[in-house]
Amino acid sequence: MLPGFSLSLGITLTYLSLVVLIPLLTLFLKTAQLSWPQFWEAVAAPRVVATYLLSFGAALAAALLNAAFGLLLAWVLVRYNFPGRKLIDTLVDLPFALPTAVAGIALTALYSKNGWLGSLLEPLGVKVAFTPLGVFVALVFIGLPFVVRTVQPVLEDHDAEFEEAAASLGASRLRTFAQVIFPAVLPALLTGFALAFARAVGEYGSVIFIAGNMPYVSEITPLIIITKLEQYDYRGATAVAVVMLFFSFVLLLAINLLQAWSARRSGRQP
Amino acid sequence: MNGLFAAGHRYGRFETRAATRDPAWVKWTLVGLGVSYFALFLLLPLISVFAEALRKGWEVYFAAIVEPDAIASIKLTLLAAAIAVPLNVVFGVAAAWAVAKFDFRGKQILITLIDLPFSVSPVVAGLIYVLVFGLNGWFGGWLREHDIKIIFAVPGIVLATVFVTVPFVARELIPLMQAQGKEEEEAAVVLGASGWRVFWQVTLPNVKWGLLYGVILCNARAMGEFGAVSVVSGHIRGLTNTMPLHIEILYNEYQFAAAFAVASLLALLALVTLILKTFVEWRQAKAIAAAQEDAHS
Repeated sequence: MLPGFSLSLGITLTYLSLVVLIPLLTLFLKTAQLSWPQFWEAVAAPRVVATYLLSFGAALAAALLNAAFGLLLAWVLVRYNFPGRKLIDTLVDLPFALPTAVAGIALTALYSKNGWLGSLLEPLGVKVAFTPLGVFVALVFIGLPFVVRTVQPVLEDHDAEFEEAAASLGASRLRTFAQVIFPAVLPALLTGFALAFARAVGEYGSVIFIAGNMPYVSEITPLIIITKLEQYDYRGATAVAVVMLFFSFVLLLAINLLQAWSARRSGRQP
Repeated sequence: MNGLFAAGHRYGRFETRAATRDPAWVKWTLVGLGVSYFALFLLLPLISVFAEALRKGWEVYFAAIVEPDAIASIKLTLLAAAIAVPLNVVFGVAAAWAVAKFDFRGKQILITLIDLPFSVSPVVAGLIYVLVFGLNGWFGGWLREHDIKIIFAVPGIVLATVFVTVPFVARELIPLMQAQGKEEEEAAVVLGASGWRVFWQVTLPNVKWGLLYGVILCNARAMGEFGAVSVVSGHIRGLTNTMPLHIEILYNEYQFAAAFAVASLLALLALVTLILKTFVEWRQAKAIAAAQEDAHS
C-alpha cells in the first residue's frame, strides 16, 4: 500500500470544493430563492428563448460540419503523406491555444465588408459578419479540433489487417470504409461531436465580436447573462445560467457514456 | 484530445499496402478538401491577425504594445497565470496520485467533477464568483466591512482564471499515471523509501513530459481566458484589464491596429504553445518507446 492517500485525496476534495463545487452550488441556492413564476418569466421570455434557438442551433450546425470535416481531416492526416501534413497536424490545435478574443476579432476582420473574405462574399449577397451566420463561423473555428483529435488516435490504432480481410473477401474500398472502418470510429466521432457541441453552446469570446449582438437576431445565451448582470438583474442572470448549466450536465453525462462506449468498442478490437 | 500516445506512429504505412491504399484521385481529392477547410477556417484567421496588426506599420505596432495600459494588461495577465498555473499543478498532481494509485468508491464521479469546468460556459464561471463575492453576494457585506475587494479587482480575475484552468494538469496526468500502474512505486516503498522520495525519484521522472504538457496547455488558457474574466473584471483600464480585455476595449474604440498588435502577442504565445506541445509529444513518444524496449530486453 502506497502512502499519501489521505493527503492527496484531501487536497483534491478541498480544492475542488472551494474553487468549483461551492461556487456552483451558490448558483442553485440563489435560484431556489425564486418562485416558479419568477423563474419561468426569466428563462422563457421571448428574447431569451430567441438566444437559446441561436446558441443551440448554430452550435449544432457547427458541430455537424466539424464532424464531417473533422473525420475527413483525421483520415487525411493518418492515411496519407503529403507536403504540409506535419504543419496541419500541429496547427489543428490552434483554437485550443489561441485566446477566444483574438479569434473573434480576426474572424470579424476577415468577414467584414472590407475583409479578405467579406469583400468576396458581399457581392454574392452573402453577409457573414454581424449576422447569425457569423455566429456559426466562429463556432466552426473553436470546435474544429475536437473531432479531429478524438478520431485520429482511433484511426491510427485501427489494424490494417481488418481491411486486408475485407479486401480479400472482395469488398470495395468504399464498402470496407462503410462497414469496417466507420463503425470502429463511430463512438469517437460522436464523442468529438458532443465535445464540440458542448463547447460551442457556452462559447462567448469568439462570438460576440462577429455576431453583431442584435436582440432576437444575433444574440447568444451567454451574452444575455452578461446583459442582465450589467442591468443588475442578478435573478434573471442566475436563472438563465441555471438553464445553461443544466444543459452542460446533460451533455457531460452523454459524453461520459459515449467515452465509456468508445473505450469498450476499442477494447474489444484485438 | 489526448495526442500523447498517438505521436509515435509511423506515417505512410497505410500507403504501402495494397489493401489500405486508396486510388490517387481519391487521396488527392480528400487531401485537397481537408487542406482547403484547414486554410479557410484556421490558417486565414491566424494570418489576418498579423496582417491587421502591421497594417499601419511597425511604429504604430510598437507604440500600441509599449503604451502604459497595454503594459499594465500584460503584467496582470502574467500575474494571473503565475498564480493559477502553480495552484492547478499542485491540485493536478494530488488528484492524479489519488485517482491513479488508489482504489476508492466514487472515483468515476471525482474524475467527472474534475472535468466539470470544461463544460461550464465561461460566462457562468464568472457569474458564480459574482454571486459569492459581489456586493450582493454571500460574502458581499462582510467583504465591504473589511474593505476587501474581490469582484472588479485583481483577486476576482485570479479566481476566475483558476476556475477555468482546473482540469488541464489533472486530465493529462491521470491517464498517464493510470497506464503506468503502481509497481515501481510499491517496489520503492518495500525498499524503504519515504512517500515523498518515491514521488520525487520514481513517479515524477516517469510523468514529467505529461506534466509539462498539462502546464503548457493550462498556461495558454490562463493567459487567454476572456469570458469568465470579463464578468468579474469591471474593465478598469490600467488596473483590472487583462490582455484579452484590453484588446476588446481597443477594438470597441475602433483602434483596430492597436487591438491587433496586442492580439498578435497572444497569437505568438499560441504558436509557441503549439510548437512546445509538438516537441513534448515527440519526447513523450520517445520515452514510451524507450520504456517498451527496456521491458522487452
